[in-house]
Amino acid sequence: MIDILQINPGLWIILAGIICAFMPVGHVRKTLVLLAPLFAGVMIFQIYGAQEVIGGVINYAGIEFTTLRIDRLSMIWGYLFCLAGVLNAIYALHEKCRITDSSALIYTGAAIAGVFAGDLLTLFIFWELTALSSVFLVWKGGERSYAAGLRYLAVHVFSGVLLLAGAIVYGRANGGDFTFGHIGLDSPGGLMLLLAMGIKCGFPLFHNWIQDAYPKASITGTVILSVFTTKLALYAIARGFAGEDILIYIGAVMAVFPVFFAVIENDLRRVLAYSLNNQLGFMVCAIGIGTPLAMNGVAGQVITHVIFKGLLFMTMGAVMFRTGTAKASELGGLFRSMPFTTVFCLIGAGSIAAFPLLAAFVTKSMILSAALEEHLYIPLAMLLFASAGVMEHSGIKVPYFTFFSHDSGRRVKEAPWNMLTAMGLASLLCIVFAFPFGGYQLLYSLLPYEVNYHPYTPDHVIFQLQLLFAAITAFCVLKKYGLYPSEKRAEVIDFDWTYRKLGLGIARWIGAMWTRLSVNMTGVRKTCVDGMGKKLYQIFSPAGAMSAAAPSGLAAVLTAGMLVIALLIMFIT
Amino acid sequence: MDVLSLFPAWLLEHGAAFAIVLPLLMGAITAILPSRTLAWWTAFIVTLVVTVTSFGLVLNMLSEGATIYSMGGWDPPHGISLVVDALSAPVLLLISAMAVLTVVYGMPATVAEVEPKKRAPFYAAFLICFAGLMGMVVTGDAFNVFVFLEVSSISTYALVAMGSARDRRALTASYNYLIMGSIGATFFVIGLGFLYMETGTLNMADMARILADLDGGSRVAKVAFGFIIVGLGLKLAMFPLHTWLPGAYAYAPSMMTIFLASTATKAALYLLLRFSFTIFDPSFDYVGVLMKYLLVGVGIVGMIFASLQAIFQTDVRRTLAFSSVAQVGYMLLGVGLATAAGLAAGYLHLLNHAIIKGGLFLALGAFWYRFGITRIDDFEGLSKTMPLTMAAFTVSALSLIGVPFTAGFVSKVNLATAAADKGWWWAVGVIVVTSVLAIIYMGRILLLAYFGDAPEIDGEKAKRNEAPLMMLVPMWVLAIMSIAIGSNIFNLGDNFVGAAEAAARLLLGGGA
Repeated sequence: MIDILQINPGLWIILAGIICAFMPVGHVRKTLVLLAPLFAGVMIFQIYGAQEVIGGVINYAGIEFTTLRIDRLSMIWGYLFCLAGVLNAIYALHEKCRITDSSALIYTGAAIAGVFAGDLLTLFIFWELTALSSVFLVWKGGERSYAAGLRYLAVHVFSGVLLLAGAIVYGRANGGDFTFGHIGLDSPGGLMLLLAMGIKCGFPLFHNWIQDAYPKASITGTVILSVFTTKLALYAIARGFAGEDILIYIGAVMAVFPVFFAVIENDLRRVLAYSLNNQLGFMVCAIGIGTPLAMNGVAGQVITHVIFKGLLFMTMGAVMFRTGTAKASELGGLFRSMPFTTVFCLIGAGSIAAFPLLAAFVTKSMILSAALEEHLYIPLAMLLFASAGVMEHSGIKVPYFTFFSHDSGRRVKEAPWNMLTAMGLASLLCIVFAFPFGGYQLLYSLLPYEVNYHPYTPDHVIFQLQLLFAAITAFCVLKKYGLYPSEKRAEVIDFDWTYRKLGLGIARWIGAMWTRLSVNMTGVRKTCVDGMGKKLYQIFSPAGAMSAAAPSGLAAVLTAGMLVIALLIMFIT
Repeated sequence: MDVLSLFPAWLLEHGAAFAIVLPLLMGAITAILPSRTLAWWTAFIVTLVVTVTSFGLVLNMLSEGATIYSMGGWDPPHGISLVVDALSAPVLLLISAMAVLTVVYGMPATVAEVEPKKRAPFYAAFLICFAGLMGMVVTGDAFNVFVFLEVSSISTYALVAMGSARDRRALTASYNYLIMGSIGATFFVIGLGFLYMETGTLNMADMARILADLDGGSRVAKVAFGFIIVGLGLKLAMFPLHTWLPGAYAYAPSMMTIFLASTATKAALYLLLRFSFTIFDPSFDYVGVLMKYLLVGVGIVGMIFASLQAIFQTDVRRTLAFSSVAQVGYMLLGVGLATAAGLAAGYLHLLNHAIIKGGLFLALGAFWYRFGITRIDDFEGLSKTMPLTMAAFTVSALSLIGVPFTAGFVSKVNLATAAADKGWWWAVGVIVVTSVLAIIYMGRILLLAYFGDAPEIDGEKAKRNEAPLMMLVPMWVLAIMSIAIGSNIFNLGDNFVGAAEAAARLLLGGGA
């Protein structure tokens, strides 16, 4: 009998997803989508007490797979993913689509199972499964998303292959031990692993798949996608590479560069995708710092981040659901017709910008303080700039152009009740997790290390407000004098130009050249290949020299010859 | 559950003798049976009983260790001994199990392929051939090996010739095989003569002891070894002494082809192992050198040449026959490595290849039975007309290529690892290249079968016409075995690898 507590909780959700794939009744599916993450959360609670739990050890082909490992770090991600699963389920209640339901469940389950994987090979399996299951969410976005989905899949499968290769190299170097603990960069396997995780986490120059695929997915798809993939990768980096100095700078760059793109981008979901990147940069940087305070900051930030980022994507989804677009140039003045959504969006925007009393304030301050304590002034400056940038594009731009700005003349209904519920819950959590009296202490109780950090000191609050108001002022001034990049219908292309335009161009050129070459070379090639084929055929075919029915006499001579050779070999040596 | 306790004690005690005597006696009786159905039932029951016996012997060997049975109570070295140990027991079980499967298959097949009045003698010859093969494997007396070798060979010549009802070329093939086989047997017995001259005994264990005392012996022993290797090499279709094989495989009655392909060369290979490792010893200079240069050399050349030849054949039976020659090359390579891992891999490939090739020829026989197909061109659309048979063929073909989760993969990987461990990277390269060649020659057939359209007969698409159940069952048994070994279902993979490793330990003198 298998002990139920030995089973990775993510597998329950995957199971529910598989059932969903064959379940024609919509209500049953929706119930499953809602209950499966709840159930997984309960299972985590049952399994995890206070100590690290290791279980579900399977031996296959001489390799030990540890399919369940829950400790203080993975526990946070596990609960968080379950919570996000429930919120997403509520948000998507109105949608009647079997593919979305089942792939969302499998995707959620794979992410949870990946977080609880105790060894690199199990991680690899779920790593690939998240990619394979989530690509359907991208494809649900319509015709435009097909190519983006393929690119998304290619990037993730590549990342998975790299992860597997790295795991094998790393495991070999460690004498066949694939345990997923601290890995470090001092081995070639470690480098490959970091690269694989970095691709999935959206490191600079590998980030394009996020802005490419997420805005093109379906409305609910984007909300679901925004939670899991990058956070799974972040968890892997936090577990394997905490305290690696190079991550500090990677993270800082990652936090800064999306600001520029986000400011000029027109598609608001794409803006959010850039700000997702920016937020991940904060966390990667904090992982690089690696002190207990920084790691607490990462854990806290990831919790709040999933909630407020989900919230923002949800509000944009709601707007898109009602208006059919998420382009800044086509929106505006929606606060009249969608008042609740506006409020929720403002809460989300305030959270991401780290307004005091809203979610990210506590955790972002922790990260900044950690950088300060380690005297990392340059990264600190970059992070501060990025904070201001976040305020600029996510905190102001998104709500401003959607709900205020010039009136687009659209009069639509308020978002459906289920979306409002999901957004309301998320907003509530945003406020709770930063509430000075018992709120952020609740958050603290989840963090991996002892927390001794007080966010609501006057200097913190004032400093943060200064920063934010400076950003608001800048926005106002630029807007007033018409210097702010106005919303234009354009597709911003950054580094993905290399493969979407240049790569395609090169591929086309090679294709054309190859055609020409092959036309010219046909004659030569034909003679060569045919000549070779003929030679082989002449020797080996039934009509060929080798197959001429050997007369018994010849065979007998051969046998004698073999004997002579045998004797010669024996006597000479 | 203790299966072993279900066997009666007398069967386990006398099993080794029983497994030879029963088919030999019943063969004689079968020859004069009036009815072909009766003959079939006799053959079926005899092979089944012998299989059960072999199974008991294997279990007994596993629990009690090697047993030596003295024929007629005469103790070795003067009497004839029968040896059941880790090396011979699995081969015994393999031969008898394959015999049962071929007999089951043979019920419909012989009706189509053998003249009515020759069917009872056909089964009789089959039983005698079977007895000979079992005897070759189990006996512990060197001269007795020769006797059983001839018993099996002579009946095989007759059996191959019976294919003439289907194809007259069977007669020349059989004649060719007769000449070649006789030369091989003669070489073998000359070698034995020299060996007797050197050691003065015919008991294998005794020979080994005396040779070890003489530290390899004089020039006579060398000559003896040369003759024995070449003689056996001919029997096991070592390249370039394989010329008898394609004809014999292609034109024999299909039941006989299956049995020959999966057992006869395997028994000869078993003898090669027996002689070169347990009677002679690779630590003697000349033995080591001959194995390293001759066996590995012809093994490698055979792998490449026979694979190439397989690619260009137009007749599927000949393709498979050449592929067999190539596979023998793999086994010789494993033997020539002379390390525990190499020997285990070679031995494992011996067992696996019997299962794979048996499955392929079974399916091929079914194709002939239903549509008269032997040429590759005629395979077009076979997946539509005989889907189940084609599926079994495909599984075995993939296994032959060495696709993961099949038996062929396990043995090829083990062989490649063994070669790499010894630092023979070029051998790993050759294994890879010949596997690619195998993809070509098997893939070509599969492509036609799956992507071609079923041919039209009188303006109508050929209808689905599945092989009879008695053909499907044995062929699927083998196909599932292939997968089970490759994916370690029912621990079959572990058991096979374990058996091969035990055999390798015994060969290298580490005890059973």
